[in-house]
This record gives sequence, C-alpha cells and structure tokens, in this order.
Amino acid sequence: MDIFLQQIINGLVLGSIYALIALGYTMVYGILQLINFAHGEVTMMGAMIALAVIHALVEMQTGLPGSLILLTGMSVAILGCMALGFTIERIAYRPLRNAPRLAPLITAIGVSIVLQNVAMLIWGRQYIAFPPILPSGRHAFFGATLTDLQIFIFLLSCLVMTGLVWLTQKTRLGRAMRATAEAPQIASLMGVNVNQVIGLTFIIGSALAAVAGVMDAAYYGIAHYYMGFNLGLKAFSAAVLGGIGNLKGAMLGGLLLGLLESVGAGYIGDLTGGFLGSNYQDVFAFFVLILVLVFRPNGLLGQQVVERP
Amino acid sequence: MICCISLMSQKQKAWASAILLLALLLVLPFLVELGLGRSWVRLLDFVLLYVMLALGLNIVVGYAGLLDLGYVAFYAVGAYTYALLASPHFGLHLPFWILLPLGAVVAGFFGVLLGAPTLRLRGDYLAIVTLGFGEIIRIFLNNLNAPVNITNGPQGVSLIDPIQIGAFDFHQTHTIGSVVISSAFNYYYLFLGMAALVVFVGLRLQDSRIGRAWAAIREDELAAAATGINTRNIKLLAFAMGASFGGLSGGLFAGFQGFVSPESFSLIESVMILCMIVLGGMGNIPGVILGAILLTVLPEALRYLGVWQMNLLGHVWVEPSDLRMLVFGVSLILVMLYRPEGLLPSRQRRRELHFADKEIKSERDS
Amino acid sequence: MKHGFVRCRSFLFLVVNLIFLLTACDSSPPPATGSTAKQDAVKKVLIGSVAPMSGPQAHLGQDNSNGALLAIEDLNAQALVIGGQKIEFVLLTEDDQADPRTATIVAQKLVDEGAAGVVGHLNSGTSIPASKIYYDAGLPQVSPSATAVAYTAQGFSTAYRVMANDAQQGKVLGEFAVQKLKAISIAVIDDRSAYGQGLADEFEKVVKAAGGTLVAREFTTDKNTDFMAILTTIKGKNADLVFYAGMDAQAGPLMKQLRNLGSKAKFLGADGMQNTGFLKLAGADAEGAMASSPGMPYEVMPKGAAFRERFIARFGEIQGYAVFSYDAVNVLATAMQRADSVDPKIYAPKMRDTDLAGVSGQIRFDEKGDRLNSSVTLYEVKQGAWVALETMGGTGH
Repeated sequence: MDIFLQQIINGLVLGSIYALIALGYTMVYGILQLINFAHGEVTMMGAMIALAVIHALVEMQTGLPGSLILLTGMSVAILGCMALGFTIERIAYRPLRNAPRLAPLITAIGVSIVLQNVAMLIWGRQYIAFPPILPSGRHAFFGATLTDLQIFIFLLSCLVMTGLVWLTQKTRLGRAMRATAEAPQIASLMGVNVNQVIGLTFIIGSALAAVAGVMDAAYYGIAHYYMGFNLGLKAFSAAVLGGIGNLKGAMLGGLLLGLLESVGAGYIGDLTGGFLGSNYQDVFAFFVLILVLVFRPNGLLGQQVVERP
Repeated sequence: MICCISLMSQKQKAWASAILLLALLLVLPFLVELGLGRSWVRLLDFVLLYVMLALGLNIVVGYAGLLDLGYVAFYAVGAYTYALLASPHFGLHLPFWILLPLGAVVAGFFGVLLGAPTLRLRGDYLAIVTLGFGEIIRIFLNNLNAPVNITNGPQGVSLIDPIQIGAFDFHQTHTIGSVVISSAFNYYYLFLGMAALVVFVGLRLQDSRIGRAWAAIREDELAAAATGINTRNIKLLAFAMGASFGGLSGGLFAGFQGFVSPESFSLIESVMILCMIVLGGMGNIPGVILGAILLTVLPEALRYLGVWQMNLLGHVWVEPSDLRMLVFGVSLILVMLYRPEGLLPSRQRRRELHFADKEIKSERDS
Repeated sequence: MKHGFVRCRSFLFLVVNLIFLLTACDSSPPPATGSTAKQDAVKKVLIGSVAPMSGPQAHLGQDNSNGALLAIEDLNAQALVIGGQKIEFVLLTEDDQADPRTATIVAQKLVDEGAAGVVGHLNSGTSIPASKIYYDAGLPQVSPSATAVAYTAQGFSTAYRVMANDAQQGKVLGEFAVQKLKAISIAVIDDRSAYGQGLADEFEKVVKAAGGTLVAREFTTDKNTDFMAILTTIKGKNADLVFYAGMDAQAGPLMKQLRNLGSKAKFLGADGMQNTGFLKLAGADAEGAMASSPGMPYEVMPKGAAFRERFIARFGEIQGYAVFSYDAVNVLATAMQRADSVDPKIYAPKMRDTDLAGVSGQIRFDEKGDRLNSSVTLYEVKQGAWVALETMGGTGH
C-alpha cells in the first residue's frame, strides 16, 4: 500500500509539471487553433537559462541561501521565456495567421528545431547538473517518502494555477482572452486589441513553461538541451486529455497523465505478466492521446471545439 | 549544334532533355567516382533511397494534404520485414523479389492501420497522432526482444542477405572488360530503376482521378465530400500508397546496408523527409527530388565547413554536424514565411499560395 | 506533362553544377603523420582510426584518435623495415558520428583509400555493420572499445577487440554482486540501448547461474530523467542491489532518486558510468556506488604509468579508451612484422596468433577475436572519487 501511495505522490508531482506546460498549449490553441510545437523547447530554455544563472551565482559564492538563488534563477528564466515566446509569435506565427493550416504547423516544427539546436550550441550536448543548493529533507509519510522539493513543486504549481484562473475569470485581460478565444472578430469589434491579447497569451504561457522547466530541472537534478521534446509531447497529450482550450481541463489532464504514467510504469509488468514492461512507459502518453482523440476528441472536460473554416 | 537545337520543336526539345538526363544519370556514378571517390557513390545510393522516401511522403502530404510526422515508421516496417525474413535471425532466406513487394504490402497495411483512427482529425491533431504512431513503432521495434525475440531489440538485425538476382550478387564487385563495377554501382542502378518506377507511379497518380480526389480533399474536405468523393477511402488510399513506397525503400535499405537497428528510424528522420518535401516543393515531383538530393548531400557538404574552418582558423569553431539541424530548422521557417511553395513548385501550387497576395494587390490597385 | 520535362532542363543544370561544385572541394581532411621522412624508398602505410569525432561522444573519439597517433609516432620512431622496405605509418582519422549509416560509408571510404588496417569503431552499434565491409575487403579491424558480444560473434575473421566484451564484464559484475556483495534480491535496469541491453542480459544470466535472485527487471531510455516510477517498484520489491546498465547521464539522477525514495540498496554499474560525469550528476548521493571498467588502473598495468604520463603531457587527461587504441595499432603493426608484409591479404592470418606485451597487458586472441584473459576492474566511489577495488583477470602486477 505504501508503494502505491509513493507512486501516487510521484504521479502528482510529475503531473503538476505537466499541467503547467499543458496550460501554455491549451491557451494558445484556444485562441489560435495552433499547436505550438515550440512550447516544449521554451520550457527547456527556461530550465537552461535558470541553471546558467544558478551556476553563476553558486560559483560567485555570494553566500545567498539556496532558495533565493533558485528564485533569482527562476525570475530570470521567466523573463527570458516571456521575451522568447513573444518573439516567436511575432516572427514565426503572426505572418502566417491567414495561411493554410499546414504552414504555421511546419513553421512551429522549424522553431522547435532551431531552439533545440541553439540551446545545444550555447550549452553543449552534455547533461547539466543542478547544484545541490536546495533543502533535501525527506519525510516519512504513511510509509512513503516525501521530499521537501516534492511538496514545494506541488504547492507552487497549485499557486500558479490558482493565479491563472483568477486572471482569466476575474480580470479585464482575462475577459478579453476568453472573448478572443470564442470569437476574435467580434471581440475586436468590441474594442479588444486582438494582437495584443494573443501576444499576452504567449507571454503568460511561456512564463508558466519557464516555471515548469525550472521545477523539472530542480526535481530531477538535471537539464539537457533535448529535455523539451518529450515534456512537450506529454504535456500536449495531457492538454488533449483534459480538453484542449479548457484551462481546468489542462490542469486535470496534466495531473491525470502524471498519475497514469507513474502507476502504469510501476504496475504494467505485473498486470501483463511480464510481457510488457516499463520499457513501454513512453508509449502510454501516446496511447492515451490516440484513444482520447479517437473516442472522445473533446477530452474529459471538453468544450465543443468550433470547426474553424 | 546550336542551330539544331533552336530548330527543334518544343516536343523534340523535351525529348532531347529527357535523353540527356537519362544519359547523365547512367554515367553519373562513374563521374562521381572519378571526381570524388567511391564512398560518394555510396552516398548517391542513399540519395536515391531518400528520393523514393520523399516521393512516398509527397503522396500523403503533398497530394492529399495530410501532415504525417511518423512516416519513418513505414520505412522501418519495410526494412525489418526484409531483415527478419532474409537473415540468420529466423533462419529464413526469402529472395528479394518476394520480400520487396511483401515489405511494401506490410507497410501499406500499417499505413491503413495508422490512417483509420485519424480520419476525423484535422491537420494539427493528425500531425501529433502520426508522430505518436511513429514513436510507438520505434519503441516496439526496440523492445520486442523479450519474452519472445521478434526484432532482436536495440542490437538490431545484422548479416542480412544482400540483394541477388539469380547469380548476380549486388554486393560483389564485377569487372566488365577493364571497367570495375563495385557493389555501390550495382545498387545505384537498381535504386535508379526503382526510383524511376516510383516517379512513374507518382506521375500517373497525380493525373488520375485519385490524384484529383486527393487535391480536392486537400483544398476543402467538406466540398469534396459534397461532390461525392468517398473521403474516408481516398484518405486511407493516400496513407496506404505513401506507406508502401516507404516500405519498398525500407526493404532496399535493409538489403543494401546489411544491418538494421531501431536507431536509424527516429523522429528526426521523419522530420528530415518532411523537410525535403517542404523545401523542394510540396506536391511537385521534380521539386521533391531536388529537396531529397539537397538534404542528403548537405551533411557531407557541411563537413567541408569543418575542414575549411580548420584551414582558415586553425581549429574548428562550430562543429558542422551541430549546424546541420539548425540549418534545417531555419530553412523550414524561412521557406514557410517567404516561399511556402518550395524551391521548385508546381505552377498550380504557387498560384494557390500567392492567390491571397494577388487579391490584396488587385484590391489596392483598383 | 510538358512542363515537367522543360523543368527537367533547369533541374539538370542544377545537378550538373552541384557535382562540379563538390568535385572542386578537397576530398578528405589531410591524414596525420608522425614523421617527416622524405626518403623515396619509404612506403607509406595507411592505418585508419574511426570514432565519433563530433557530437556527444566526441571527447571519447578524440581520445581514441590520440592514442592511435601516439602509437603511430612511436612506431615511426623505430624506422621499421617490413618486406624489405622502409615503412612509415600514416594515421587517417574518420568521423562516424556514432551512426551506423555513416559508419558504413566511412568504412567503404577506408577500404577504397587502401588502408592496411583499421582501429575502430568506438561504439558497438557502428563496429558491427562496419565489420562486414572490412571483412568483405579482407581488412583487419581492431576495436578498442566496442563491447557488444555480437561484434565477434558474426564469424568475421577480420574482427578483433582488445578489451573485455559485455559477456566478460557482465560475468565479473554478476559474480561480484552475488559472491562478494552477497546481494540477495537484485534489481536490473537497462537503458534499452545496444550496450545496455546486451550487458544487462549477460549480468542477469550470470546472476541466475551463481544462485542469485532477480526481483525486478526494469527499463528506461538513454534520454530519460524520471525514474521514480521504476525505482518505487524496485523499492517495493525490497531489492538490496540495483544494477544499472547504461550511461552516466542516467546513472547519476537514478542514484539520486533512489536515495530520495529512502532506499538504501547498493548501486552497481559498468563502464558507462565509471567516470567523472556520474560523480557530478549524482553529487553527494554518489557515495558508495560501484562500477566496473574493462582494463586495469594505470598503476597496475605493466607500462601504464609511463604511458599515462606521456599521454597527459601531450594531449591532456585520458578521457576513455586511448590505452586500447594504442595497443590496437601495435597489434596491427606487429602482425605485419611477423608476416613481413603490409598487404592485408598476407598479414591478416597472422593476427590470430598475436602475443604482444601491450600497455594494457599481454594481448592474445581467442578463435572469435575476443581478447584472452582480458581484465575487468571494479571501482567504488569513496569520498567523492572513484577508487579501484580489485582487478579480475589480466596480467597485472
């Protein structure tokens, strides 16, 4: 039972990281009907930028407490990713807003490749370790082990997601975002600056991605120029699972996918009598995606996705 | 000579070009070996393989407008079909004239399998799902070595029988008179013949009813369905045909290389083949061929960048192999922004993609 | 379809230009030579060295190349005479990018350039397909670092290796785990690469034969960072030893996460993680980890210390398998000397009865091309550094 609980804890932490990234996907899709392939790489950039800052601070031996160093790194990463997201939208996506469907999709793939390789050129191909600056307390929890970092990640994600919900439901900007997602032409007639809203959507999504990236690097202790690909794919599956275009759906989808992966990888060997093992772990996300898209394309909390001509 | 050419009619000029092209293609390996060395002839063989792959994907993406990011899976299926049935792995040694069509059929079957659940999906979702399928197949190939050893896992299948027609073994070096014809040459001519076949089929498909149905679906699926086209079957046909070309190339690859492993069939390959089509000219056969040639030769050409840097600067500043994917990514973005029809587009496609521009222009002028 | 043919003309033009453009460029990087002898009677003998010279393993490939270069220079300094001619060895380094496809192209290139012998490749995944090409050409190939059993199991009389293969390393590790560490419940994880899977399978076989119990066989990939799920399962099965067959990039976080879950199980690995990369990534949690590496510590090798000093003075710290590529070149050279010919057709049969006192010990081959009595050393992380525990096999001091 304690093992099952441990898998649940693992799943929730992993899931909250997925959820943060999935939110970025879902927001952009809700407004532009575009899968931002490059979003996973933005997450990776967030992690790499933060690590670079953190390493610099650690090397300078400023004597600052670990949490402060982390916060500094994360802030710089957030700012960097915001700028990155905005730039990508401006340069690669905006000119193609009226182009046939295939064009922005291929451009997105191109942006993803460019980001990956730029990161590789800047930071090299080797894995970069996260310096041991964070508290590494371990607590026993009903037979399972819970680390400080796990608790922190989960709480931070909840905080950020609550903030986002508040933003979209209670502020003018949020109203403008929801209006643009529903009907951009009417929204612009109502005085909403659609271009600005789209830009802000990318900025907010990228900020979330940065947080997720830094958390991922801190949790696993490692960052790598290729880490964005798998993360992005799984987060997208999570967004689809929850219902793309739906914020709460993205959060739910992220947590669910994390749980599914953890519990699945843990028990699949026993379930299939040794035929399938944890070597098929990556396949889960894809299977979930395909199943959802085939049988319930609107996802779990899905709204009816309007068929745009 | 020049007056002869100017006196020829359009049709005669076309025939002359064709014959000239054919002659060039036939002597190309000799020229290349003289100028660059035999390993470049081997590169030519790979160029032809990629030409076939690109033409196959062209059917799915270029003709039917279905964005397939998992195309390399069909390549893998064809290669493994050949590998498993013509090597010591299972002890079977079927001849290639059974295996190549078999590989194509098996791959075509997988194409239908992949296409069936995706019929209702729009472009974006379709891309992700096909990507997922590609990865799933690669992961399965990498892991189906326990409890029953089907694919031999990450070790791959080696010692694959070379292609043989009767007594003519393609892996052997033959001498005709004083001319030495190595295995790379043998395979070149075989692949050239296969590629010609693929080009021919592609051309016929383009001008057939099926091709026009694909074009209709690409433009506007709803309208196409309204005119009575069975969109489901036509889409499945696109997947199946594209996949079978991939399977054919895969079988040739297995026989040629003598060794297959899941490493060769990663997502990067799929993206690369897509790049070839996008850069070359989606839907246009000469464009796609050009794209395939450029992108296969590019990594080799980029290596000279390293030599050039070494000679100029004394050490290598930027590894050329690191630049390869960066160049691809940037070119994808640039092409999509400024010349979405590709380097060598069909006139029709260029009209389609710049129709909006012309409209705006004429509105402004009027 | 007229426009198709007309377009063909411009297309033709393009292709022809492309060919001439490429022909104009220089063919391959200039080969490295260790001596500047200018005598006319000197015969240049080409030795190829193939490894990934770019990409994530470039530092290992460079290491191999440097080791071979050192050997070539030492040989040339001896001014050997083979078959009545003065011999000068020339090293031709090629980059296979750790990609099987590139490896076959490069192998063909070396055959065409008339190489007399090949030291390479670095990875098993590239050595195996290339070995067919070398075998077809009758060109002896000595790999300094390919460990997959399949490499010598194909029956190619031209394929050799100068260090322990996965079967030998797996045997040492398995017996160490069961007999020395007295592990009762063993969990095995591999990274689903050709290296990891081969090694893990061998380890499992030996453990079972030695009477150990396998409680879990889990998998990951060589790009993964999240191992919590499989480690939790392993913890649940109460494993007291976790064996990981894979590289340091995963082994480091794996160990960290294992300790984070509160598991005190011992952690054992192989040469993929026996390096400083693992220490960096696992941090404080690396303490107590054990791993094997083919060969022996330089202090134990008969000529190891001297070699290491010379290498560091010339190229810097040894990254990987330089010692083995040094020995590989000498294996080729001494076979040529024994056959009194540099022609592969003549000296290839002499390779089988090599008996050379190399830097890494006495080198002899079995009938498959594997090294006889090859050594494997076990290391443990003590106070943040790898310390040698014991060496099995080989002829050390």
